[in-house]
Parts: sequence; C-alpha cells; structure tokens
Amino acid sequence: MVKNVMNLGRNGLSDWVIQRISAVILAVYFVGLLGFIALTPDLGYAEWQALFSSTWMRIASLAALLALCAHAWIGMWTIATDYLNNYMIGSKGTAIRLLFQAAYMLLIFIYLVWGVQILWGL
Amino acid sequence: MKDNRPKNLELQTLHFPLPAITSILHRISGVIIFVGVAVLLFLLAESLSSEQGFSNVQQWLTAPLIKFVFWAVVSALLYHLIAGIKHLIMDMGVGETLQGGVIGARLTLVVSAIAIIALGVWIW
Repeated sequence: MVKNVMNLGRNGLSDWVIQRISAVILAVYFVGLLGFIALTPDLGYAEWQALFSSTWMRIASLAALLALCAHAWIGMWTIATDYLNNYMIGSKGTAIRLLFQAAYMLLIFIYLVWGVQILWGL
Repeated sequence: MKDNRPKNLELQTLHFPLPAITSILHRISGVIIFVGVAVLLFLLAESLSSEQGFSNVQQWLTAPLIKFVFWAVVSALLYHLIAGIKHLIMDMGVGETLQGGVIGARLTLVVSAIAIIALGVWIW
C-alpha cells in the first residue's frame, strides 16, 4: 500500500471529505460577504470595521481562514502530485515537487498567521 | 501487415472534451486564487487598519491595473465557486452520464461568464 505523507488527512477519503466541507464553508462565507458589500449602500469604514469586529463575523472569518488553508493544501497537493512527478517532468520530478510543496506550505502558514493577525488584531 | 488497423493520427480531430476544459480551468482558477489571496488579505488588512486605510483601498481600487488584478482574482473565485457547486451536485449523483457531464460543463461556463461580466460591470 502506498503511504501518503504530504496530503492533509490520513487518506484520500478523508482529504475528499475535508475538501468538500471546506468548500461549503468558503462558498457560504464568500457569497455572504459579497452580498453584504452589494447590499450595503454607502459602505464606509464604520460599517466595514463593525462587521469584522463583531464576534460572529470573527468566528465566521476564522472558520473560512482555516477552511481556506485546508482547501488550498489539498488542492495544491493534488496539482503537485499530478503534474510535478517523474512521469511528467523527468527524473528531477520528486525534488521539484518537494520544493514546490515546501513553498505552498510556507505560503499557507503565512496566510494563517496573517489572517489571524488581521481578524484578532482589530 | 494488414491495413485495417484502427488509427487516428489526424490531430485536428482530437480535442479535449468540454468537461475536461472546465476541469482544468477549475485547477487553474484554484492556483490563481491561492496566489491572489495575498492581494485580498493585503487589501483587507489595509481597509480595516483605519479610516485612512479604508480610503486608501478605495483609492487604489480606482487605479486601472489594481482594479484589473482585483477583477481577475474575484473572477477566478467566481468560476471556482460555480465549478465547485457543479462538482458537489455531481457528487450527489446528478448528471454523471456522458451527456450530463457536457450539460454541466456548458452550464458552468455560461453561468460563470454571466457572473464575471456582471462583476466587471459592477466595478467599472
């Protein structure tokens, strides 16, 4: 049995489920935010700041941020293992993939820290 | 050698089926969003920093290049969202036939095009 070591969950099925749950969270958050922007006439700093500093929005934003990190991890893993491998790009495939994976994992971590700072640093 | 072997070497007759095109666009849009999140987080941080920061963002978004980048990232997000919803519907077993796949792909492209054009009209 092939052991997956760089994916998010313990196996493909768990990744499959996490990808879909995170997708639903992100869809609801994004559509909700878009709706707020579209339906608030004369959106100014006061309304914007009040929205993001409310407890329920902080919870929703944190959920969306965590969902984004998980969703991106699984998506980037899928792309990395599909295209950046020895069959597709030759014998350096594994090394290139590991570098690529290190890069996106670092970026995900930066997004997580940055996002928490934005949300809770208000 | 017998001459009745099946062959299809006319590359012009080979092409990606529509569902394959929407699938690869789903992946490409995902990567664009992943990189674009940096732009969105930067704008969010600045817009929430202060009254001045909020008007800075409003100012920046009037610049053609920044407006275009913002439109491109949110367009990728809209496409990814709509293709994702189609994916979830197919996960439930709807439209899994060959024909259903093509109809789903067409719907994805049409609905996304409408959403992306509407976004453009809204911000320009």
